Amino acid sequence: MTPRSILKLAALALMAGTTLGAAKAQDIKIGAVLSVTGPASFLGDPEEKTLKMYVEEINAKGGIKGRKIQLITYDDGGDANKARTFATRLVEEDKVVAMVGGTTTGTTMSMGPVFEDAQLPFISLAGAVVIVEPQKKWVFKTPHTDRMACEKIFEDMKKRNLTKIGMISGTDGFGKSMRDECVKVNARFGIEILAEETYGPRDTDMTPQLTNLKGKSGMQAVINPGFGQGPAIVTRNFRQLGLTVPLYQSHGVASKQFIDLAGDAANGVRLPAAALLVADKLPASDPQKPVAQAYAKKFQDATKQPVSTFGGHAYDGLMILVGAIERGGADPKVIRDEIEKTKGFMGTAGIFNMTATDHMGLDLSAFKMLEIKNGDWALAE
Amino acid sequence: MRGLIGNRWAELGAMALLIGLVGLILPSGYYFRVGALVLVSAIAALGLNLLLGYAGQVSLGHAGFVGIGAYAVALLPTYWGVPTLLALAGGAVFSGLLALALGRPILRLKGHFLAVATLGLGILVAMVLTNEARITGGPDGMPVPRLELFGTRIRAPETWYWITGGVLLVATFFAQNLLNSSTGRALRALHDSEVAARAAGIDVARIKGIVFAVSAIYASVSGSLLALLNGHITPDVASFLNSIELVTMVVLGGMGSLLGSLIGAAVLVILPQALTIFHEYEHLLLGSFIILIMIFLRDGIVPTLRKRFTERGS
Repeated sequence: MTPRSILKLAALALMAGTTLGAAKAQDIKIGAVLSVTGPASFLGDPEEKTLKMYVEEINAKGGIKGRKIQLITYDDGGDANKARTFATRLVEEDKVVAMVGGTTTGTTMSMGPVFEDAQLPFISLAGAVVIVEPQKKWVFKTPHTDRMACEKIFEDMKKRNLTKIGMISGTDGFGKSMRDECVKVNARFGIEILAEETYGPRDTDMTPQLTNLKGKSGMQAVINPGFGQGPAIVTRNFRQLGLTVPLYQSHGVASKQFIDLAGDAANGVRLPAAALLVADKLPASDPQKPVAQAYAKKFQDATKQPVSTFGGHAYDGLMILVGAIERGGADPKVIRDEIEKTKGFMGTAGIFNMTATDHMGLDLSAFKMLEIKNGDWALAE
Repeated sequence: MRGLIGNRWAELGAMALLIGLVGLILPSGYYFRVGALVLVSAIAALGLNLLLGYAGQVSLGHAGFVGIGAYAVALLPTYWGVPTLLALAGGAVFSGLLALALGRPILRLKGHFLAVATLGLGILVAMVLTNEARITGGPDGMPVPRLELFGTRIRAPETWYWITGGVLLVATFFAQNLLNSSTGRALRALHDSEVAARAAGIDVARIKGIVFAVSAIYASVSGSLLALLNGHITPDVASFLNSIELVTMVVLGGMGSLLGSLIGAAVLVILPQALTIFHEYEHLLLGSFIILIMIFLRDGIVPTLRKRFTERGS
């Protein structure tokens, strides 16, 4: 390697940068910074596949009013610092008109100010409430929040007259955030949390914590905010200890993997989840059925992977954005205003009704309460 | 020729010229941001280079100190109203003391025990930052109050480029002074032969400890600047992978070469940005590029090239 060849390489890199910047003027450029690799890849990967798949489909049909979409994706590897660099790149080099992305709450929060400063609409695909609360003028999000999951669970408990509960939560980001939201809203549903336990994301046995919960007299149900393998172990230990009260899991385990890991112990567990998971089981009268079914089919056919709600969030974000551009054109300010006016959009996560004060636009009806029966999802309602 | 390049003012001048010229041709905020990230990483790499290239000790947890610096400027101003610059200094002092305390017992031992201890420290820091969610915001991170200098809030990537460039030059100057002091001479003796150095009456453990503390301070300052530049910080900064990236920067740029730290940082920060056009093959290309550098520029980029030039020149 001589200095000359290094220079050549640098020149090449520079050229690469400029060719990216010089796209056809009539294309509408949409950016996406996603965590396609790294610890959050199980979220970012289906998101990227979904965006590419649907942008291709829209372009094949002639684009938005004759203008094709150019999707520019970057992989931040789950690193908030990299995400911010790519966000700056989208804004300053690629000159996108809007962004659909931000796989995790951390990357979203670090990218938010970039889009606020540049005054470009940013539809995030991450969960936590802090993204839209306090509200930021240019930031929107499509997934349900963890607070809504708590509310959905408490609503179901109230219906079953379960008012005294125990909570066991994971200390990972998801479990922690949802636990904090749950203790904020439980009083509103008249539910009392008698005892609380936590476990680390890599713990392999939760028997001690559950034994503590078992010892509490008068406990009528247990809720487990958590993510990954932890909740599956909790579920197994729960049955091994002979606990008979209802067990509630979170939307964080709404995947077939959870049922596989927990085995027979999973039967009887309830959890809130997007309609997408039970698309085929929804009653024909449900307005969400056609959208959920169509997306699930398209994703499974194209990727040969089971459908996840995460890719669905990307679908919702893209379609809300496309809808806004169709109505108002490709000026960022107009797009923002039009996104805010999104009414009655039927997405995979539910019906979106954005307003000037609600940049997520979903209500509790977006969640379905599921119960696991014979190793499969069933509607509990 | 050798005299000129080996001269400390020449090295500092070359670095200043490089930062200045690049700063003049950068076309937009995005390039300035990438430039600032290179400079910030170079500060941490520079400190690690003192440890790795001169004291011959490996630290696999330097990102832990970066994390301490980053969260110092996030936590102290947010919860206790400490002025940002004071918080930066506080983080640096804390990192230095922590390194001294950790280094004191371990550096008496021969071999790479420091690597194991720092590995543990780095992971510990990352765990604390992740788990103490009530104050650190957990894995989602927390916002960092912006730096205010002379009544203006500093946020433009251009400004940050020049600030970090200035800090890097000062850091280089200090590093050179350290290397030219009696400690530095002892360090070089140590590098050549530890037994001989010990026989000559050098307190090997103390010298290593000082260098370790200095490198921790550099990492902490780098972390503080990164946090202020970003305005939002997550525990990722303290992750094991970032520690490895710092070591890679030092080795790639050249152990024992201060300019090499800047070049190594530049390669590892800019390359992933340049390679995004290859999408799926990005990581493959990045890996092969690093392998190629290690095969053809075995002593690191700067030392190998310097040797080649001086050979040609003489």
